[in-house]
Amino acid sequence: MTKYIVRRLLQMIPVLIGVSILVFSLMHLIPGNAAQIMAGEGASPETIKQLEEKLGLNDPLVVQYGKYMSRVVQGDLGDSIRNGRPVIEEIKTRFWVTAELAIYSTILAVFIGLIAGIVSAVRHYTWADVSIMIVALFGLSMPNFWLGLVLIQWFAVGGDWLPEILKMRPSGWGESWRQVVLPVIALGTGGAAIIARMTRSSMLEVIGQDYIRTARAKGVSERVVIYRHALKNALIPVITVVGLEFGAFLGGAVITETIFAINGMGRLTIQAIQQRDFPVVQGTVLVLSMLFVFVNLIVDVSYRFLNKRIDLN
Amino acid sequence: MSEPILRVNNLRTSFFTDDGEVKAVDGVTFDVPKGETIGIVGESGSGKSITSLSILRLLASNGKIMGGEILFKGEDLVKKSEKEMRNVRGNAISMIFQEPMTSLNPVFTVGYQISEALIKHKKMSKKQAHARSIELLELVGIPSPETRVDNYPHELSGGMRQRVMIAMALACDPEVLIADEPTTALDVTIQAQILTLMKQLQERIGMSIIFITHDLGVVAETCDYVAVMYAGQIVEYSDVVSLFKKPSHPYTIGLLNSLPRHDIDQDELEPILGNVPSVHDMPTGCRFAPRCPAASDICRAKMPELVKRENGNDIRCWLYTDEWDGEKEVDLYGQKRIAQS
Repeated sequence: MTKYIVRRLLQMIPVLIGVSILVFSLMHLIPGNAAQIMAGEGASPETIKQLEEKLGLNDPLVVQYGKYMSRVVQGDLGDSIRNGRPVIEEIKTRFWVTAELAIYSTILAVFIGLIAGIVSAVRHYTWADVSIMIVALFGLSMPNFWLGLVLIQWFAVGGDWLPEILKMRPSGWGESWRQVVLPVIALGTGGAAIIARMTRSSMLEVIGQDYIRTARAKGVSERVVIYRHALKNALIPVITVVGLEFGAFLGGAVITETIFAINGMGRLTIQAIQQRDFPVVQGTVLVLSMLFVFVNLIVDVSYRFLNKRIDLN
Repeated sequence: MSEPILRVNNLRTSFFTDDGEVKAVDGVTFDVPKGETIGIVGESGSGKSITSLSILRLLASNGKIMGGEILFKGEDLVKKSEKEMRNVRGNAISMIFQEPMTSLNPVFTVGYQISEALIKHKKMSKKQAHARSIELLELVGIPSPETRVDNYPHELSGGMRQRVMIAMALACDPEVLIADEPTTALDVTIQAQILTLMKQLQERIGMSIIFITHDLGVVAETCDYVAVMYAGQIVEYSDVVSLFKKPSHPYTIGLLNSLPRHDIDQDELEPILGNVPSVHDMPTGCRFAPRCPAASDICRAKMPELVKRENGNDIRCWLYTDEWDGEKEVDLYGQKRIAQS
């Protein structure tokens, strides 16, 4: 097991190098002179020159990449062009906001998705199943920015939550549960729907298996049959979806954070793009990508605990 | 015949599909003598597996017992509540299935899967059940049971898995063991081992066995009594010796005749002509009549009853009744049979 995890960690190195090359190229994929674009239209030639020096844009590409990487592995993601603060500091203050948003959304999605999926499968083709699946279809079809706006309209504008929701939070959020609930619902609903559908189909498949009949033939209660014998098998494909959803929530936070004015990584990225603050863009993309790769590793490892047939070595 | 421990009386089981009701088992009656083995033979779709699943009430959700009784030690299992049935399953009556590869849960150790029934029915602690599981694995002939008990099913071969299934079924010392084609999916050598094992265990534990199979060779080897099923009904019930020596029902004769023989020189096998009738289009008379070489008018018009003969065996055939209206002597797949009347 440890051997497997170590091997997987080593295998991540080429993936991360690939990611870093892509992130590094961001600066050079912009048409024209990156320094000029960053400095803005009215910038003097001196300013542009200074910026080129600062960004090291005059070195050969390989040297630039080497320098960039040597800084990155030391935890230095460069400084923001806009406010001069180290990018890593900017990310540190925002990271937990986004992580919290994604974690709460995942908890919500898993909780609702699993229960709805199991109920649907156990009572398949009844009104309960049909209604759950119709609701899930809605949840799946609603874009989260739209749901976010509708939630604000209903609860915030219609109710008295608005001031709290739109209050600026310089250091993260979470001063009030009301600030948390709506974005989490907006972000988590789609995931809940996907997990519910996945759980249902996976459970239905498992319930038809011979070993479920064997379990019933032993005389154990239906609850044990469903929650122990069936669910443990049915969860294997669901875990993958949960992992992917968590990754999607991290990415999806970009929109949700913008709508709800949450100062997380997503909003930081959007602002940085608007302000052409490339070191910040590079930093956030790199951190989010790394996180995604890690989540996938965790999903793979968790397979082993659920499905003994997977020989990880 | 010793006193029956289980009596199946006029059992009728149907499935409800989009095409309507399918009568999978239609009036099946047989006794299971205490401590002995009864075989239920028949082609695929004859209703033998459904009969066995009906006894434990393990039918799929669209299946339903429509009538009849299943008397186990005098109590009707059909009338029991689901909760009462759970106390019977895996305890007094247990079952092993055809596919050892898919009948064990892949995510639990075999020890856990055996323990489950012990904890549920014998109220054992986890530790006691684990120890008993090791004993049971040893009983069914699994080498180094102390390590095997913690194995997952995929770590075992097909034959080993079927042994685990047997250990699981025997965990609570059942009085009746239902074995639904337990050797069909196994190699011939493993098949023989499993059959021998089941016989030994029967002698030791003294349980009755209901052996579902389509293999007449297996029947000859293991069973004391045989029920031959055709299209959801029993057509012949007899002790194993007279069944093989002098089968009565035309279907049984045809079935035995279609087996390859090595005592005589055979150019080709002789199958029973025609096909099993469709469940949606059952003949009004005898269900075997369309394929029977001796069928007469009454066979096509009226369904015969399962009738007990002087030798104690049951036959469902007009040939052996007073109402027979055909030839006095008929030729059934090369064998002569004289009409009863």
